[in-house]
Amino acid sequence: MIELRGVVKRYPMRDGSRVILDGIDLRVERGEKIGILGRNGAGKSTLIRLISGAEAPTSGYIGREMSISWPLAFSGAFQGALTGLDNLRFICRIYNVPIATAIPMVQEFSELGAYLNEPVRTYSSGMRARLGFALSMAVEFDCFLIDEVIAVGDNRFHQKCNVELFEKRKERAMIIVAHQPDTIAAHCDRAAVLRAGKLHVFKDVASAYDFYQEEV
Amino acid sequence: MKAKEPLGRAFAIQLRVIGALLMREVITRYGRHNIGFFWLFAEPMLFTIGVVALWSQIQGGHGLRLPIVAFAVTGYSSVLLWRNMPNRLVGAVAPNLALMYHRNVKVIDMYAARIALEAVGATVSFIVLSTCFTLMGWMQPPEDVGTVLLGWFMLAWFGAALAILIGALSERSEVVEKIWHPVTYLTFPLSGAAFMVDWLPVAAQKAALYLPMVHGIEILREGYFGSTVRAHYDLGYMAGFCLVLTFLGLLQERHISRRLAPE
Repeated sequence: MIELRGVVKRYPMRDGSRVILDGIDLRVERGEKIGILGRNGAGKSTLIRLISGAEAPTSGYIGREMSISWPLAFSGAFQGALTGLDNLRFICRIYNVPIATAIPMVQEFSELGAYLNEPVRTYSSGMRARLGFALSMAVEFDCFLIDEVIAVGDNRFHQKCNVELFEKRKERAMIIVAHQPDTIAAHCDRAAVLRAGKLHVFKDVASAYDFYQEEV
Repeated sequence: MKAKEPLGRAFAIQLRVIGALLMREVITRYGRHNIGFFWLFAEPMLFTIGVVALWSQIQGGHGLRLPIVAFAVTGYSSVLLWRNMPNRLVGAVAPNLALMYHRNVKVIDMYAARIALEAVGATVSFIVLSTCFTLMGWMQPPEDVGTVLLGWFMLAWFGAALAILIGALSERSEVVEKIWHPVTYLTFPLSGAAFMVDWLPVAAQKAALYLPMVHGIEILREGYFGSTVRAHYDLGYMAGFCLVLTFLGLLQERHISRRLAPE
């Protein structure tokens, strides 16, 4: 279970400070899939970072009783100076995953071939996303955080990611944030809308989408 | 704020993370080219050898009462030990910010990894050089290894505490980095590396002993030269100083961790 109670996030700005998240309450049970809709700048990514624990809330409580991934396919969590394999070794050490089994899996899945031995900064953005996705799959999390639609690589690779995530790991919990409802509608049981720092939680995706559309 | 881990498990995770950061740091800093991570020891050794050579040349002018090689090795190694730690932690968060996306990786882990690496580099350099010079007959073995270790440990503690404080402060204000460099430069002649307190006029002795690193180096040299020197130090003063510094450093580290914002 993941629980957020009265979570507030405020960032200092030149003219005082700005409240991005203003008292967020959310509960995600094991295996549950929830979508969060929000316009650009609504605070979706901030919310994801708070849930993942990369950042601390200004106030409020975040309880985590299952392991939570870093934002999926997010290549920012890697070091450009290191090779793809060194990044993998680092991830394995941190999350206590046997390196020997992870290497062939990432090699096979990322399809990066010899590039795995090159520094990540020489990768194209598509290659980075492929590495990022493969690394996320190397660690078994109870809950996956998915920021925006996972448009990774070309169509075929996209398909492969969908199988890996939504079919092979369909019993896991997922939190998907997006400004388009497609992925959320396809995979989530319920949805919430992030608007003006408040999170409006709905029982199903359709009513969340109706509420989301009202906003002009 | 976070899932409550049993203390033992939390400690195991932290050790694992620090280990992973250490490996990563070694690879990014030294790569896999030429002698690779041996630079970790080679760099401080080259520094120390250079200083030993210089000081040996100008020894006559100083009219030193101690064997110059041993004096230079103990002095300069100590400076490298406590001074390189803060240097490595100034502005250390930005290049590692991406790693904070992994919940278990904290600023303090990254600091610990870098401090450990500097400590290992300086320690191996000190041991290798003093062993080599002793075998070559340029210096005598230490009289009391225990006291040498105590002095070395105190200097490492001072360096680590200072590093965390300066490193964390440098994240809060860029002025800290600008000021830190001249400060390290100016504290070198005052640090006790190039003098023993006993050689100073009494008034200057009192002033010198306000500086904590002077105590550490006096302890180290007492262990090394034993009865041939009169060391002036107060272990309690240095320990108290380090304790306060550690507390202030961790307080600042906590402050910046709470406000960390990965891109």
